[in-house]
Amino acid sequence: MTADQTAAWAEQAIAEAAHEPGSAHPSREEQVLLRIERARRRRPKVREERITLAHGAGGKATRTLIDAVFVDAFRNPALEPLGDGAVLDVNGGRLVFTTDSYVVSPLFFPGGDIGDLAVNGTVNDLAVCGARPLYLSAGFILEEGFPVADLRRITASMAAAAAHAGVTIVTGDTKVVQRGRGDGCYVTTSGVGVLEREITLGEPMVRPGDAVIVSGPIGEHGITIMIARGELDIEADLASDTAALHDIVATLLDAVPVRMLRDATRGGVATVLNEVAQAAQVSVVIEEPAIPVRPVVTGACELLGLDPLYVACEGRFVAVVDGDHADAAVAALRGHPLGEGAAVVGVVEADPAGLVLLKTAFGGTRIVDVLVGDPLPRIC
Amino acid sequence: MLASQIRELCEPGRQYTFMEVCGGHTHTIYKHGLEDYLPEAVTLVHGPGCPVCVIPMGRVDDAIDLARRPGVIMTSFGDMMRVPGGQGSFLDAKAAGADIRMVYSPLDALKIARMNPDRTVVFMAIGFETTAPSTAMTVLRAAAEGLSNFFVFCNHVTIIPAIKAILDSPDQRLDGFIGPGHVSTVIGCRPYEFIAREYGKPLVCAGFEPLDILQSIHMLLRQLADGRADVENQYTRVVPWDGNRTALDVISRVMEVRPFFEWRGLGFISQSALRMREAYAAYDAEVLFDVPGVRVADPKACQCGEVLKGVLKPWECKVFGTACTPETPIGTCMVSSEGACAAYYNFGRFTRSRHKETSRT
Repeated sequence: MTADQTAAWAEQAIAEAAHEPGSAHPSREEQVLLRIERARRRRPKVREERITLAHGAGGKATRTLIDAVFVDAFRNPALEPLGDGAVLDVNGGRLVFTTDSYVVSPLFFPGGDIGDLAVNGTVNDLAVCGARPLYLSAGFILEEGFPVADLRRITASMAAAAAHAGVTIVTGDTKVVQRGRGDGCYVTTSGVGVLEREITLGEPMVRPGDAVIVSGPIGEHGITIMIARGELDIEADLASDTAALHDIVATLLDAVPVRMLRDATRGGVATVLNEVAQAAQVSVVIEEPAIPVRPVVTGACELLGLDPLYVACEGRFVAVVDGDHADAAVAALRGHPLGEGAAVVGVVEADPAGLVLLKTAFGGTRIVDVLVGDPLPRIC
Repeated sequence: MLASQIRELCEPGRQYTFMEVCGGHTHTIYKHGLEDYLPEAVTLVHGPGCPVCVIPMGRVDDAIDLARRPGVIMTSFGDMMRVPGGQGSFLDAKAAGADIRMVYSPLDALKIARMNPDRTVVFMAIGFETTAPSTAMTVLRAAAEGLSNFFVFCNHVTIIPAIKAILDSPDQRLDGFIGPGHVSTVIGCRPYEFIAREYGKPLVCAGFEPLDILQSIHMLLRQLADGRADVENQYTRVVPWDGNRTALDVISRVMEVRPFFEWRGLGFISQSALRMREAYAAYDAEVLFDVPGVRVADPKACQCGEVLKGVLKPWECKVFGTACTPETPIGTCMVSSEGACAAYYNFGRFTRSRHKETSRT
C-alpha cells in the first residue's frame, strides 16, 4: 500500500457547494430538498475535461454540454428555446429549420436502417414544431473501405422514406475519412419546413389541467438496437418503430388545441416530460399502468435493468393538449395507422413545479428524474 | 390490507427501525413508493448490500491502472462504469483512451477473451455471494478451455461480516433486518442465525416484489410484538434454508476468504471478501499484474459510511444533492441505482416530503 491520497476533485466540489447561499447545515428534510432544487436549477457547468459517452446520451450530461458550451457560444433568440427545430420569421412567413446527425450502430436493424432513420428523424423534428416538412439536405461521412453496395442500400431507403414523407433531398455533401477514423457511415440531415398554422407550440404553453399523451407503445427502437448489436445473446420479436410523424401530427393538430409536441428520441419519454416540467415550471404526473409498453419491451427492460421510460423511440411523440380535449385527441390519434396505441398517460399539475411524478402500478408515488448518461444496466 | 395490518402491529408511541440489507430491496422500495404504505413509526434504513457502493476508491484506481496498461481490455458490469475513484471513473478512463467494455455476465468477458487472443482481458468481478458463483464458474470454464489471456480482478465481498460490523458499531439503533433474498439463494438462512441468537434482532429473508417487502416488515413487527427474535424466510419460493450447495462448492473451489478487505465507508473488515485461490493464480489479475494497491481516503465531507450503516438517512448527509449528485457522485451510494442515495435522489425525494396525500388518492 502506498501513502494515503485524497480525491482532490471531490474536496473541491464540496467546497464549491458549500458556498451556495443557504447551505447552512439543515435541520429538516424540506430544507435539504429546497437546496437540491436550487442545485438542480443552477447554471450547469461542465466538470469533465473530456467528452464522455454520457455527453451524447440525451440526459443531464448532454443538456449540460449544450447549455454550457453551445448555447453559451451561439446565444440568440431563435436558438435559446432549444426546441426540436428553430422557428424563423422570413418575409412574413414562418420557416422551421432543424438538423440531426445519425451514428447508429448497427447500420441495418430490424424495422429500418440508418437511411430511413436519418430522413424520418429530421422530418419528425420539423413535424413536432407544427411545420409541413419540405426539403432535406444529406451529408455523408464514409469510412475508407465501406461497401458501395451498403451505401446504395442506405440511399435507396432514404429515397423511399423521403418519398413517403413528401420531402425532397435537395443538397448534400460527401467526405471520406481514413479506415479506423469512422464507423462505416455517418449521416447528417438538415430539414426545412413551413409553419402554416396559426399556432404556437412549446413548453411555455403548458399549464395545469392539460393532459399528457403518448402516440404509441414506447421503447421499441432503443431495445431493438440494443438487441441488434448482438452483445446480449437475447433475441426478441421486435422491430424499430422508426416512422415519419408529419401526417399523424397534422391529424392531431387538425383535431384539438395542442400545447406542445416532442418526439421521444434519446432519453425517451421521461426526458421529454422532465423538460416540460422544468421549462413550464409545472408538475407532470403520469400513471404507470396507463403507459403503453409492449410486453416484449417490458421483458427486455427487466432483464437488462432498464426503465422503458428512458429508452429511445423513433416514431413516437409526446403531446400535451388541453385537458378538456384529451379524449378527442386520443380518438384522433387512434384513427391514424401510426397511433393505434395512443393513450393519455398523465396530467399536468401546478405543484410540485419542475418535477415529473409517477404513480406506480402498486399505488406508490415516485420521482422520474432525467438520467445522467446512458441508462446503465444493474447487476442484480 | 397488509398496510393496515402493519399499522395495527405497531405499538403506539414506539419507533421501529429496520434495515434492508440488500440494494435490490432499496431499489424496489423507492421504485414503487413503498414508504407511502408504512406508518410514520416504521423507518427503513438502507444497508451495505449494494455491491458497487461498498467498493473503495482505491480499488477503482487499481482497476483503472490495470485498464490503462498496453493490450488490456477491462470488462465490468454497467453499474461500475460511473463509480468514482481518486482519479475519476471507468467512463473517464475510457474517454481518455482505455479499452473498457461493459458486459452483462463474466461469460461475456470470456467471449471477448476468446475473440481477442492477442489481448489481455481482465474482468473486474464485483458483488456478493450472488455473483461470485458465476465468476467462479467462468474461471473454471476458462481453465477447461485453456485460455491464457483471461484474468479476474476479484472484488467479491461477503455479506455476513458486513452485517456483523454494523451490529458491532456503537451508533446503530436497529430493531431488525430485512434479509437479502438474492444472496440467501446461495448462502441460505442458516448463516444469519447468530443475529437472532447473539444480538437478539429478528431477520426476515425477503423477496423483491413490493408485496414481499411489506410482508417481511409485517413478519418483523409480528416477531417484535411477540417478543421473539428469529430468522424467518419470507422468500421460500426461491431461498432454501440451507442455501445452494453446488454454488457454494464452486465458489470455494476457486476462491478463498481474504484476511481483510476495505469497504467503502465501513473501513477494513476482517474475513469479509474473497480472493482467488493459489490453484487459480493463473487467472488472478492481482497475481499477474503488480496492482498498485492504492489507498484513497474518502473525502472528509462524504458520509457514505454513516449512510451504509443506517446512522444517517441519505438526505442528512452534508453533501447530498448539492456537491454529490448522480451526475457528479462523490460517494458510491450515489452511483448505482441500488445505492441508497441515488435511489432516494431519483425516486424518493418527492414522496417523503411534499404531497404525501397524493399517493393515497
